[in-house]
Amino acid sequence: MLLTQNLSYQYPNGPSLSFPDLNCKAGSQLLVLGKSGSGKTTLLQLLAGLRRPSSGTVTLADTVISQLSAAEMDAFRGKNLGLVYQQNHFVKALRVGENLELAQQLAGRSIDRNRIHETLHQLDIDHKYDKRPQQLSVGEQQRLSIARAVINEPALILADEPTSALDDDNAKRVLDLLRDRAAAVNAILIIVTHDQRLTAQIEQRIEL
Amino acid sequence: MNMLKLAWRNIVFRPLQSSLSVLLLALGVGLVVILLLLQKQLNQNFDRNLAGVDLILGAKGSPLQMVMSSMYQLDAPTGNLTIEEVKPFLNPRHPLIEEVVPLSMGDNYRGFRIVGATPNLIDWYGGELAVGELYTHNGQAVIGSEVASVSGMKLGDEFTGDHGLMEDDPLHEEHAHGFTLTGILKPSGTVLDQLVLVTNQAYWEMHGEHGEHEEHGEHGEHGEHGEHGEHGEHGEHGEHGEHGEHGEHGGHGGHGGHGGHGGHGGHGEHGEHGEHEGHGEHGEHEEHEEHGGHGEHEEHLAEKGPGGDFSDDRKVYSAQHQGLPNEEHENHHHHDHDHDHHHDHSHHESAKPLTAADLLEEDLSQELTSVLIRYKNEKDYQSLQMGRAINENTDIMAVDPAYQISKVRYQFGQGERVLRILAIVIMIVSALSVFISLFNSLRERHYELALMRGMGAGRNTIFGLIIAEGLLLGLIGFVVGIALGHGVMEILSSRLEDNYGFRFAGFQWLKEEWWLLLGALGVGLIAALLPAIQAADTDIAETLT
Repeated sequence: MLLTQNLSYQYPNGPSLSFPDLNCKAGSQLLVLGKSGSGKTTLLQLLAGLRRPSSGTVTLADTVISQLSAAEMDAFRGKNLGLVYQQNHFVKALRVGENLELAQQLAGRSIDRNRIHETLHQLDIDHKYDKRPQQLSVGEQQRLSIARAVINEPALILADEPTSALDDDNAKRVLDLLRDRAAAVNAILIIVTHDQRLTAQIEQRIEL
Repeated sequence: MNMLKLAWRNIVFRPLQSSLSVLLLALGVGLVVILLLLQKQLNQNFDRNLAGVDLILGAKGSPLQMVMSSMYQLDAPTGNLTIEEVKPFLNPRHPLIEEVVPLSMGDNYRGFRIVGATPNLIDWYGGELAVGELYTHNGQAVIGSEVASVSGMKLGDEFTGDHGLMEDDPLHEEHAHGFTLTGILKPSGTVLDQLVLVTNQAYWEMHGEHGEHEEHGEHGEHGEHGEHGEHGEHGEHGEHGEHGEHGEHGGHGGHGGHGGHGGHGGHGEHGEHGEHEGHGEHGEHEEHEEHGGHGEHEEHLAEKGPGGDFSDDRKVYSAQHQGLPNEEHENHHHHDHDHDHHHDHSHHESAKPLTAADLLEEDLSQELTSVLIRYKNEKDYQSLQMGRAINENTDIMAVDPAYQISKVRYQFGQGERVLRILAIVIMIVSALSVFISLFNSLRERHYELALMRGMGAGRNTIFGLIIAEGLLLGLIGFVVGIALGHGVMEILSSRLEDNYGFRFAGFQWLKEEWWLLLGALGVGLIAALLPAIQAADTDIAETLT
């Protein structure tokens, strides 16, 4: 369950942004559309606890995250949030499997290799388990990002322009996988994008 | 995937930068290890081999050379002394002297120095017999542990020495006189380990001098003395000439030798002091008159000049000398007559360990290389003055080994300081290298670190990760440096052993090395501090989205 109320953010020496209230049930999926500068990234940052709102509250999994301390927020983020970025970044010194181990560890969980293999298998990259992330193709990297976002079965998955760098086929495939995996762990999925190709796919959407 | 493992993986992920940091750190650490080992072991060696010696007497020359040759067996001796010259100091009743060890040197056995000395030398160095017994006769020898292990000799084995201090001495010349091994010493960590110990008397025999004297006496031939000219170490051959003359005069064989001592100088002193406290002294004079050497006495007196030359110290010695018990003189006397049977001589005291005083009963013109002295009270004013008085008033040289060694240490300390500065500079450069390596990697890992924050890593975790990388580099540098330092030292040690005659242990762990560990970790920590703070401050919102 994700709830936001009267959320606004004031950039220092910059524009003030306010956002519509959100109310998402577990397993629901939401598309946040908007042009550059519309504040969609800021919303995502507020939802992820990466920024603290100037006013209003964000409540996720019965926790008012806007009231958490920085350290509490870090821990909360690890446990309850899965993030998929526009560009795929991994810890380069670690292999594919180890990147997921790190995700489990940083979330305060114990390492569960079966879960890792299962997740990778569902995304069809289990054979890359011992490869370095930078040896993967862009599509495989995207799938690894999804795997990392869902590995800890978070309450909320936030995806920032996950398809903007992909062609139509791949964009469709990534979106399907993302929705499929999010549904599998019963997570709320919020995709922030300006990619109009996605509008046909997800019914629930807001425009900023 | 804990942070330490991740730190390790990050280090291995950039092998070039990491190995440069490690290498620099290792060089610094290794250099310090070598310095520590050298300093420690040199000091240990100096201290152990100081053996409580307060003063060394020898022929005039370089004081340091004398210390090195007489105590550390490193250098050539400065020359030789006759017993006569050091007679007062060999007297067990000398008021200032606790104990002495007369040394004779110049030969080697397979590169190990053969040293003629009274067996108390072994006690001085804290040595103990592992097997066998001390030498009590000429022709017997006790060897150090290193000699035993290299030569593989066993008790009862016979061997002969070579002339010269080193195995390949150009003066190489094998002696006919052999030794029988009677004892092997336990390892003591001192020069004793490297020595073959024999009687002082055996040294004279070894050089054939006694035998020749006897012959000279009988045959009146003196030409053979020319041979001695070949022996570099036995420079004072003039005295041998004297022997010969006396042989001619007296025709007494061994007596001839005895009559020839320049040693009547001692008696001359008595005369000068004029304060004859005991009758023993008179007896002594009479004895010498028996030998027909009285005329000589007077000559020596004349040569020595007025008594004013002699310091108070000399008076003390001579006064002491006057107190020699008569029986000793009788032995002396007896011995003179038995001189032809020299080989049997030692038998009548076979049970007793040899002492320096025994030498007083020998031909006083025989030579010693040096005399090691322990004072009764080394802080006593008279003792402190004794060395100076000897140097000022006699032809022999007295050297305080502790002072000479402190000079050597000072010299070594200078060189060490330069190397230490070099080590510190290398450490600083290595710290810079660690810093630059981490700083560069941060720029590349900017996203990675933000990503980890996104995955739930707190600022402390990120800070700790970078610090862990710095510490790991420090630790690896330390380990490699320790291995490098000890390894190089071990390789060096065999070479140093050849040159210095004692063993540097390459794989000796020093407690200072724990400090070095702290130092290396400190370098890693300090170098990582700034990058770690920066990494922890990564703005994840800006970086990731």
